[in-house]
Amino acid sequence: MKNIDFDFLRNKSVQVWRETLKIHKNATETRIASSVSPIEIFVVLYYGKLLNYYPEDRYNKLRDRFVISKGHGSISMYPILSDLGFFNKLELDKICKFGGILGGIPDPTVPGYETINGSLGHGLGVASGMALGLKRSNNNSNVFVLTGDGELHEGSNWEAIMFASHHKLDNMNLIIDNNKACMLGHTINVLSNGDLVERFSSFGWGCYTADGHNVEELHHSILEMKNTRKEKPKVLIADTIKGKGLPGIENEPLAHIMNPSHDLINSILK
Amino acid sequence: MSNTKPIAMRDALIERIWVKMKNNKNIFFVSADFGSPVLDKIRNDFPNQFVNVGVAEQNLINVSVGLALEGYIVFVYAIAPFIPMRCYEQIRVNIALLSEVRPMNINLIAVGAGVSYAISGPTHQCYEDISLMRALPNLTILSPSDHIVSKCMFDYCVNNKKPKYIRLDVQPLPVLYDKYAVDIEDGFYEYFSQDGGTCFISTGYMTHTALKVSQKLTNKVTVIDIFNLTGFSYEKLKKILSLYSRVITFEEGFYGRGGLDSIIFNMLLNENTKVFNIGVKPKYTFKIGNRSELHEEVGISIGAILEKIKSNFKEVI
Repeated sequence: MKNIDFDFLRNKSVQVWRETLKIHKNATETRIASSVSPIEIFVVLYYGKLLNYYPEDRYNKLRDRFVISKGHGSISMYPILSDLGFFNKLELDKICKFGGILGGIPDPTVPGYETINGSLGHGLGVASGMALGLKRSNNNSNVFVLTGDGELHEGSNWEAIMFASHHKLDNMNLIIDNNKACMLGHTINVLSNGDLVERFSSFGWGCYTADGHNVEELHHSILEMKNTRKEKPKVLIADTIKGKGLPGIENEPLAHIMNPSHDLINSILK
Repeated sequence: MSNTKPIAMRDALIERIWVKMKNNKNIFFVSADFGSPVLDKIRNDFPNQFVNVGVAEQNLINVSVGLALEGYIVFVYAIAPFIPMRCYEQIRVNIALLSEVRPMNINLIAVGAGVSYAISGPTHQCYEDISLMRALPNLTILSPSDHIVSKCMFDYCVNNKKPKYIRLDVQPLPVLYDKYAVDIEDGFYEYFSQDGGTCFISTGYMTHTALKVSQKLTNKVTVIDIFNLTGFSYEKLKKILSLYSRVITFEEGFYGRGGLDSIIFNMLLNENTKVFNIGVKPKYTFKIGNRSELHEEVGISIGAILEKIKSNFKEVI
């Protein structure tokens, strides 16, 4: 892949992972396990020249719309957005504190966020409206959405999934952070999503898969997905691990509500 | 009363939208598989500015919000009880909450206020919408009493980049206004203005009932029709109502649950004016009947209201 330095993306992912852990150490109310699973997705999108963004002009018409529907599981976006100049890095020290702009669940007062997130099942429908609006106004920008796999339990998503394929919204790029767990267990035991490729295919979507922690694979799939406009919305099912890299939490059924101890964080960040 | 032939409120509003769509490519109409003969003209003439999301109200709101965020003036169309209730959280999160940060011009047109859909039963009747929508900041609630007011709402909707909830009657109602009398910013209109005594204040269909009741009384009462339930000229209305010793609210919704009565009670909390509320007892009914029969059943028919007034305020009769 020309011009893409995958070592840089790998190193950046590690750096973001460490910074996310620091954030969590200062604000233990934040959801760490679901925020580390999409780190490589965020890094590849923002540093891998896949997403068009304008930190100085956040609502520039030419930007790609990125709706992070699983808002609670995206505090790892904070170090990325501050690094790219969306807001001052000093905000990172004020997370979840009165007077700061960064809360436990990112909201659209945070530069870089498009919509309200974290109340699940809203992002994909709103993004479908954006995608339709862009098409009807001949704007070629892309729409990206990130949901979790547990979030797909919300029926509103399936209304949007039907809508996007019926209206041939091929500017729609859904990425599922498929960490295979919701709050009280693995989705396969709580409420199974079945075979997501089969499900989305049957709803008329173009499907892609990737190891969600492998920046090369992710980059390749997202680039191909983004460049494919064949009258179908597209979904990338990114296979991820909830709590990736956190001893005692990684892939635990209750990872969502588990916090690493301060001692553990200190020893990791040493 | 005017001699203008009444048409359905939705037809008056949608006709106006259709006319303006010709020159305004920024207007978008979104329906949840709900139609009207006038809407067919939009579907046929402006397919690029129309979408039917199907029987899917949650997505109706979400898609409409996405369009509004892209800069469209969006009209959203469905049956009244389904808009505030099936997709309440979508309205709360993506409209009321999000518009605090990202201004949007989104207009929810809800057809079937009160018992408009009489025969369809309690799922399609709507006694709760004013209270529910009032609970959300940033939403303007519009409630016309005839198709002239409904038609006049178009310009207000286009010119005010904020969310609105517009509750319309299904049936064509007798025409009360000529268009020059309607000031949506003021939000209300005063019939038979006088100082002191009794004032009826009503919205939507119940303004017709209030006017009819007033005509059956020996003593003159003022009737105020309020068609902008949240954005009306507050101080102006308060000043007017404070002049009366008694204000009686009329609504085709549950009383005591945050509807029109609550708006007026709160406004007159520290005034000497006494407020009395007429509305539907907060109880569902499965009784079958036309609108008049159902109004009889739930205690808001002209006869039932006259009885209430007689027994409570002999001096008004």
